[in-house]
Amino acid sequence: MKVRFLVPAAALAALVVLFAVGLTRDPSKIPSPLIGKAAPAFNLPVLEGGRLDLGSLRGQVVLVNFWASWCTPCLEEHPLLMELARSGVKIVGMNYKNDPQAARQWLARHGNPFSVIAQDQDGRVGLDWGVYGVPETFVVDASGIIRHKHVGPLTRAAWQADLAPLLPSS
Amino acid sequence: MKRLLVALLLFAGAAVAQEATPDAEARYRALIAELRCLVCQNQSIAESNAALATDLREQVRAQIAAGRTDAEIIEFLTARYGDFVRYRPAFTVRTWLLWLGPFAVLLGAAAAAAYFIRRSRPVAPGAAQDAQRLRSLLDEERP
Repeated sequence: MKVRFLVPAAALAALVVLFAVGLTRDPSKIPSPLIGKAAPAFNLPVLEGGRLDLGSLRGQVVLVNFWASWCTPCLEEHPLLMELARSGVKIVGMNYKNDPQAARQWLARHGNPFSVIAQDQDGRVGLDWGVYGVPETFVVDASGIIRHKHVGPLTRAAWQADLAPLLPSS
Repeated sequence: MKRLLVALLLFAGAAVAQEATPDAEARYRALIAELRCLVCQNQSIAESNAALATDLREQVRAQIAAGRTDAEIIEFLTARYGDFVRYRPAFTVRTWLLWLGPFAVLLGAAAAAAYFIRRSRPVAPGAAQDAQRLRSLLDEERP
């Protein structure tokens, strides 16, 4: 007799838990299939002249940050990037579909946290990296493997929880 | 007359620039309707006006022109954006629940419904005794 009412109640409880968990997840954050795989190679012009080959970054853990001066959320994460750069984190900037001059002006105004900035003018490298909206931040390890991807402005909480543990403690 | 000629020429030029063969155009249309725009997620890249959708459309068109097969193009995009880029992801270890889940829930609901309907069917008073009596009578009849 009692079981009869327990079954639908249990089913309802299971659904409530399922939906509650679902509601806490952000559907705009899509897991990347590139985690644990080699970062897609590129050879791009550098904003301040010369070229950058991804292979030349081997041997150190770097953050690769896809960014643009037209991107408002990028400004949101900017102070944190500045702080990380000051503490010795190497950040590679990817100027994504952005005018080089606009990027220079933006950096002059807000400060430059990037150790080098590659010019991804047509967004082709962004496509290879599965970028679908700036800012996106990747952790690439010393052997050139993508270890983590953060979609959207980097927050201190996300940095401490997901990205910092992947970097050598300094 | 001259104007009409110019218009016709422009039209012909645009048609040629658009796509080489009707077959390639049909493949392009079918592919972009199957691929999800990751920015505006409930739109295909055929429907979306997002910059990313434009990039992906160009990518699909360029790869068709380069002679890639539909499977190769889809593989190219899923390698970068994951299963989510497809409206109908492949049936894999990661996606089986997505494909079979609704049917499992439906079957479970049908089983539960059948169980409760059977349990709640009204039974005439005395029916059980009648059945027992009938059975014993039949047993007596048997040699």
